[in-house]
Amino acid sequence: MVRSEIIKLLVPVIQDELVVCNIGLPSQELHQTLDQPSNFYMLGTMGLASSIGLGVALTQNRKVIAIDGDGSVLTNLGTLATIGNNPTPNLVLLIIDNGSYGSTGDQPTYAGARTSLTEVARACGSEHVVECDAADAVETVKAALAAEHGTVIVCKCESGNVKVPVITMDPVVIKDRFMKTIAATQS
Amino acid sequence: MTIHDQLVNDLVNNEVEFVTTVPCKQLGGVIEAIDKHERIMHVPCNKEDEGIGLCAGAHMGGKRPAIIMQNTAIGVVVNTLVTLTQYYRMPLPMLISYRGELGEPVACQVEMAVHTKALLDQLLIPTYHFHQEEDAAEFDAILKHTYMCNKPVAILTDATFWKGY
Repeated sequence: MVRSEIIKLLVPVIQDELVVCNIGLPSQELHQTLDQPSNFYMLGTMGLASSIGLGVALTQNRKVIAIDGDGSVLTNLGTLATIGNNPTPNLVLLIIDNGSYGSTGDQPTYAGARTSLTEVARACGSEHVVECDAADAVETVKAALAAEHGTVIVCKCESGNVKVPVITMDPVVIKDRFMKTIAATQS
Repeated sequence: MTIHDQLVNDLVNNEVEFVTTVPCKQLGGVIEAIDKHERIMHVPCNKEDEGIGLCAGAHMGGKRPAIIMQNTAIGVVVNTLVTLTQYYRMPLPMLISYRGELGEPVACQVEMAVHTKALLDQLLIPTYHFHQEEDAAEFDAILKHTYMCNKPVAILTDATFWKGY
């Protein structure tokens, strides 16, 4: 199973949830599959989906799902230490780990070789780290959303991409509708 | 009141509730005052681009953010400032220690100091330079300006301002 199939399967679970999505194909696939105001698409800046997700989670009450990739987490590895040291009960970091830099042509990452992001996340201090296969992604994310603690999920899957259009929505529109969704539900 | 408390009071009076920091010797007193302040959530980060990501999230979560960092980090965060903070129109006061200015004992710091203002200028980032202690009287207005215009804004604070090392 490849990332785009996981995103399709996740639709009923992440519908109406706050989602911060990684740059490139992951955001484009999410946009094509389930565009909703509660999605924040990153159009630039590789590596910061988890940091943005943590910032959103720390400053409001709703659960936040940050969809990241193994290559992007490797580019901002310190984020796992920040997450591990600032326990955030409403953050679910979903690292879709296909062992490759998907958006640039599936070049291999170190996470697909000897580096275990699961072990790194644990060593960085996160208490709830779950590694799962693509087939268990839906149940794992569902459980993490229902939990009273934050969770880091490393979902292993195959590398590969489908053709999807780029996002042409204006960045300020993306931000504005995301912020309005949050503001509407904060007491 | 110390200059550290004065700067932190300005942050609090402008409803800044989320601050991320990468330490610098010059900024140690401010960071300590931020860490102690009950109305500010202080989340130290490992690298400044990560910190700007945290601030972007805090802004969208509904809190006013700020970042405290060293000018050497301008070399780290160009892409993030352009493709995240500016592209999505996010406010971000950056309180920056301006290493490599008069009184600097470490020669290597001068190498980045000579690029600091040129880079900020190239990025069209409004930049203020605190050289004397009384310059900090503008900090309140700078914060208001930042949240008015939804832009990253740089406040450079040099060794003379901090009265040496």
